[in-house]
Amino acid sequence: MAKAWTRDGLRATALLSPAYLWLTAAVFLPLSAMLYYSLLSDVPFGDAEWRITLDNYRAFFETGTYAALLWKSIRLGLTVTIVCILIGFPCAYVLAKTIRGRSREALFLLIILPFWSNSLVRIFSWAIVLRGNGVLELAVNAVLPFDIRLNLMFTQTAVVIGLVHSYLPYVILTTYLALQAIDDTLIDAARSMGAGKLTILRRLILPLSLPGLLAGAVLVFVPVVGAFMEPRILGGRFGTYYGTVIEDQFVAVFNWPLGAALSFILLAVVLLILALSSPILRRARA
Amino acid sequence: MSGKWLARAGKVWLVLILIFLYAPIVIMGAMSFNASPFYQLPFEFSLNWYAALSGNDAIRTAAIRSVGIALATMVIATALGTAASLAFFRYEFRGKFILQTLLFPPIAIPWLITGTAMLIFFFGIGLGRGTPSVLVGHVALALPYVIVVVSARLATFDRTLEEAARSLGAGAWTVTRRVTLPWIMPGVVAGALFAFAVSFDQFVVSYFLSEPGDATLPVLIYTSIRKGFTPEINAVSTIIIIISMAVMLVAARFSNFGGDR
Repeated sequence: MAKAWTRDGLRATALLSPAYLWLTAAVFLPLSAMLYYSLLSDVPFGDAEWRITLDNYRAFFETGTYAALLWKSIRLGLTVTIVCILIGFPCAYVLAKTIRGRSREALFLLIILPFWSNSLVRIFSWAIVLRGNGVLELAVNAVLPFDIRLNLMFTQTAVVIGLVHSYLPYVILTTYLALQAIDDTLIDAARSMGAGKLTILRRLILPLSLPGLLAGAVLVFVPVVGAFMEPRILGGRFGTYYGTVIEDQFVAVFNWPLGAALSFILLAVVLLILALSSPILRRARA
Repeated sequence: MSGKWLARAGKVWLVLILIFLYAPIVIMGAMSFNASPFYQLPFEFSLNWYAALSGNDAIRTAAIRSVGIALATMVIATALGTAASLAFFRYEFRGKFILQTLLFPPIAIPWLITGTAMLIFFFGIGLGRGTPSVLVGHVALALPYVIVVVSARLATFDRTLEEAARSLGAGAWTVTRRVTLPWIMPGVVAGALFAFAVSFDQFVVSYFLSEPGDATLPVLIYTSIRKGFTPEINAVSTIIIIISMAVMLVAARFSNFGGDR
């Protein structure tokens, strides 16, 4: 018996180690290296002088600029998440409860499909739509009796629109799965006992779909806080966020230790959010 | 009466969402066939930008590099990921839960953090920037997806079939090749397509890891957009979105995405 276990153990190790060695070399060691870097005073290349220091973290807490930008990114994350929920929940509800059969399957796929296509290209497509004298402005002016100037490009609104477009399918996906799991007979029972539509929504559907809704919210919020490409392309002058400052440290300013510290603070925020929501997320998966 | 009205409003809402999701993509595609380089209307059909594309060496090299990296990522991630899924399916061992939980950081941590961390580490060990680094990064990002998709398929596999084959004298490798793999093949194909898509559409990690001279297609598009729009980028973006949507449609057919088939 002991021998059989060892042989199985060997087989399991042989099957698992390539994947996990790869993940270690490409994800876990780099994250540790970043923590180490965030404690350096300068990049340890060539003949640069460097020592271990907490200055990079001190810069975050003392100057206030970075903290303000992180707060700006968190607010952006909250805005995008709330908009996604407000427009995504009714959509998921219709999909899960009013549409049946094959058309539901096809519509579901249609909604998920853009999410799996190139995010950069989708953001770029909004740049074409939103720019002044662009398609949106022409379309609006064709409908309205008076002319208005509608140049949303390089505004925070453009950033929010692009990000909602990028992450809306997440919320619809998780909420749809949660709503689909609600037994229709439960709703019928509530109705037969005289519950109104609002009561059913508030007392039955919302509580039961809450795990899915929150899972979607986390899946939207986390990447939006770290977004940098979307604000760069759609935000222009107003597109400075926490993510773009980190990008700058690595590709423009070359202050890698500061960039590493800023990244690590972002990671701490993300892990905190994931940890706080993990009981709910686990319930959503079950 | 009001129920019917609500249901109709709901369907209208769904259609509006679909318009919101697809309109910009369709407009971008239409504009790539418009003669005006400044997206001026009225629309005038032209294939100029696609013709310009075929003469653009930078875009062509980047496209070939992107497809090459995506294919390599697909092969490596599918092999490693399928092996790991088989181990999770067959064996019970200590630390299994921890190993499965470790699949989430590469998916859940924003790519900005993963990408910059990879840059720091690969520079530290002397690998530096360039195509090999990009490939290492892409495989790591694709692996968890392959493991999740293949494991989902394995969950529908009747393990007594493996026991039956083994009791008839088949060795472990024969069982895998003749019994298990044929059954999970749709999952493996779907996982492979997901891996291809993850790599082909990946921008953030490639951006930090590629050398200025040998960018992947998305990285090249990003730098071009920041320099100013060109309709050529428009044309190449249209091609990319069609490829990645087609890959995902095929992947969805192979996995049980929209329910059982």
